[in-house]
Amino acid sequence: MSTWRRLHVKVRTARALLTSRRETRPHTWTLIQSLSSGSALRSDFFKDLEAQLAAMRQKAADALPGSSWTDIVIVGGGVVGWSIAYWLKQKERVRGEVKVVVVEKDTTYSQASTVLSAGGIRQQFSLPENIHLSLASADFMRNINDHLGVLNEDPINLQFNQSGYLFLASEQVAHIMEENYSIQRSAGAKVRLLSPTQLKDKFPWINTDGVVLSSYGLENEGWFDPWTLLNAFRRKAVSMGVFQCCGEVTDFKHSTNVVTTADGESLPLRRIQSVKVQMPNSLEYQPVECAIVVNAAGAFSGKLADMVGIGFGPKNTIAGIPLPVEPRKRYVYVVHCPDGPGLDTPFLIDYSGVYFRREGLGGNFITGTSPEESEEPNTRNLDVDHQFFEDKVWPSLAHRVPAFEKLKVTSAWAGYYDYNTFDQNGIIGIHPLINNMYFATGFSGHGLQHSPAVGRAVAELILDGNFKTLDLSGLGFRRILTQEPMMERNIV
Amino acid sequence: QALHRCFQRSALLIVARRPMSSSSVSPPPLHRRILLFLTQQFYDVEMLLSWSSQLRRKKIQKKNVYYGYSRRHYGQNIAAAYYILSMKGGCRFVGQSEWFRADQRGKFNWDFLDHKDTPLEEINMNHTVINYGGLENLEGQQSLRTLSLRGCPEVDDWFLARLHMFQDSLEELDISYCPCITTGGLAALRNLKGLRRLDVSSLPGISSPGLIIILLEEMLPQCKITATGYDFSLRQGGGEGSEEQLQGQR
Repeated sequence: MSTWRRLHVKVRTARALLTSRRETRPHTWTLIQSLSSGSALRSDFFKDLEAQLAAMRQKAADALPGSSWTDIVIVGGGVVGWSIAYWLKQKERVRGEVKVVVVEKDTTYSQASTVLSAGGIRQQFSLPENIHLSLASADFMRNINDHLGVLNEDPINLQFNQSGYLFLASEQVAHIMEENYSIQRSAGAKVRLLSPTQLKDKFPWINTDGVVLSSYGLENEGWFDPWTLLNAFRRKAVSMGVFQCCGEVTDFKHSTNVVTTADGESLPLRRIQSVKVQMPNSLEYQPVECAIVVNAAGAFSGKLADMVGIGFGPKNTIAGIPLPVEPRKRYVYVVHCPDGPGLDTPFLIDYSGVYFRREGLGGNFITGTSPEESEEPNTRNLDVDHQFFEDKVWPSLAHRVPAFEKLKVTSAWAGYYDYNTFDQNGIIGIHPLINNMYFATGFSGHGLQHSPAVGRAVAELILDGNFKTLDLSGLGFRRILTQEPMMERNIV
Repeated sequence: QALHRCFQRSALLIVARRPMSSSSVSPPPLHRRILLFLTQQFYDVEMLLSWSSQLRRKKIQKKNVYYGYSRRHYGQNIAAAYYILSMKGGCRFVGQSEWFRADQRGKFNWDFLDHKDTPLEEINMNHTVINYGGLENLEGQQSLRTLSLRGCPEVDDWFLARLHMFQDSLEELDISYCPCITTGGLAALRNLKGLRRLDVSSLPGISSPGLIIILLEEMLPQCKITATGYDFSLRQGGGEGSEEQLQGQR
């Protein structure tokens, strides 16, 4: 603006000079002089214009793709993260409407919860939200090639094993199972209750001592290959224009506004400006400016929430409540037992907490259990405690299925749970004090099976502003602030 | 815009290839290869191809739509029969000896409307595009004894899992020549405890068929399993002996 004004003044003086010239016609040389001064002035103007244009070009380059500016940053490239990325792209109206970046720290997924899970999907929950999430996810997996198929690529084969879950209940918990059964039936799940006699008739290899009731899934239950699902989501999302970024989020840059509530309490209201992404094995980092951050970091989402200062406020205020998600280590053991149950083996979950399922057709099974709260293993590394199998898993396993008295542990691994210490259910939604961070975390072991439906729900929350297909508002952050847990009434 | 798309496309090609590096089975026929080449060169061809595959899916979906109107006005038996006949299948009611079938051009005899209160006993859906959604029309057929699904391209594992709705009555099931069935789906037949006869011939989706058939026989002890069209390379050694061998391997 100032350039223009200066220019205007100069032009006016030049005109004044010219008009003065007209009066003094014989002195032509002054005219030449004034003209020459005018040309110098013009070159000055173009120089300014060039600088202005350069600044404009810079601004345009910042806004165009390829710069560090994005709309949505998804932290965590597990199956939930990629599912959200896919659904965001699926729901955009114009191609390239939202720019989505998925940040994953380990693209080999060597410690990712997704690929280290047992890979099961079930409908036998007690919360209607969880049952609906499972039903929607099963529907997605049934039509996975319509959703995630890429033209001219191999169709996706999830290697889905259509075997039901079989829950066994002892006398103390049988009434809970009956209640759960009626909730599941009313939500539309195909489940059936079996008496011990029916159970023995159906699965002669089970020892029914102590079992009073059992529930058995007929449809939409089983297990599949988590790696295939993760890759299918990733392949489709990348083909739709999602950017993948390898690095670890180490810091957030945020601005803080202090607002005062009606009670006179002042609260810090934060907004994330940019995400600092550290490149793997180097000190180099890149700030990524963004409008929205999605926290899908699974077991490490609690750490991520700490970085924005969730839970560091004074006690007994909203700002003082941390995200109740922490990593927990769980062991999975592969055992070989040629005399074990055959093709109709269900995903059996005993009331003692021990589970097992078939792995392939060669008489291999995978098994495990959750340790007691007081005996939680150290989560610093993923080492396997083999004594745990001898002490906790095998006795219950051999009691339930006598054939497992003779078995051989062939291998074992450990993986992380994104354990919600508050109520063991997912947290989906926005934090009230950080107005651009969405959570999709804390699924405590059912993140993989719910990932397709959760991705859709989060994409709806971001793009439409509220839930459209499944109402998951009960799984929001509010229940943590009001201390009203949504407990799963499990029988284990 | 074009440049941007070009980048996207190349990213797709690079990234998508990596995880799913399929072991090339056999080169596809010439016209498929030409089409593939054109798709990789021109976005228009790619778009057309994706549209056509979408259209195909829509068509199958439309054929397998839920016959809610017929069910409401004529009852579930007529609705089921109408669905079967419009899919060019065949069916037989309980206590009847004659079959209702659609002819080559999809025409059929409307006399089935007389059997409003008679459930179906036998259904023949050979070489039709019945899928998971279409099965909903057959729900409630508690007297169904025979179901034949030979050569149905849309019958997959999820379809087999849904057959639990006939678990008390179904005695004969023919799922031979269905290309989408894999091992994971055969495990779902565990619910059909009343099964007497099962045909699993020539399923291209299952690996190690010899082992799977033994496992199936173990799972359904009263069932007679027919399995032809497989190359039991292990069995060729010497009849009974190699079967023992298979059992030992398991």
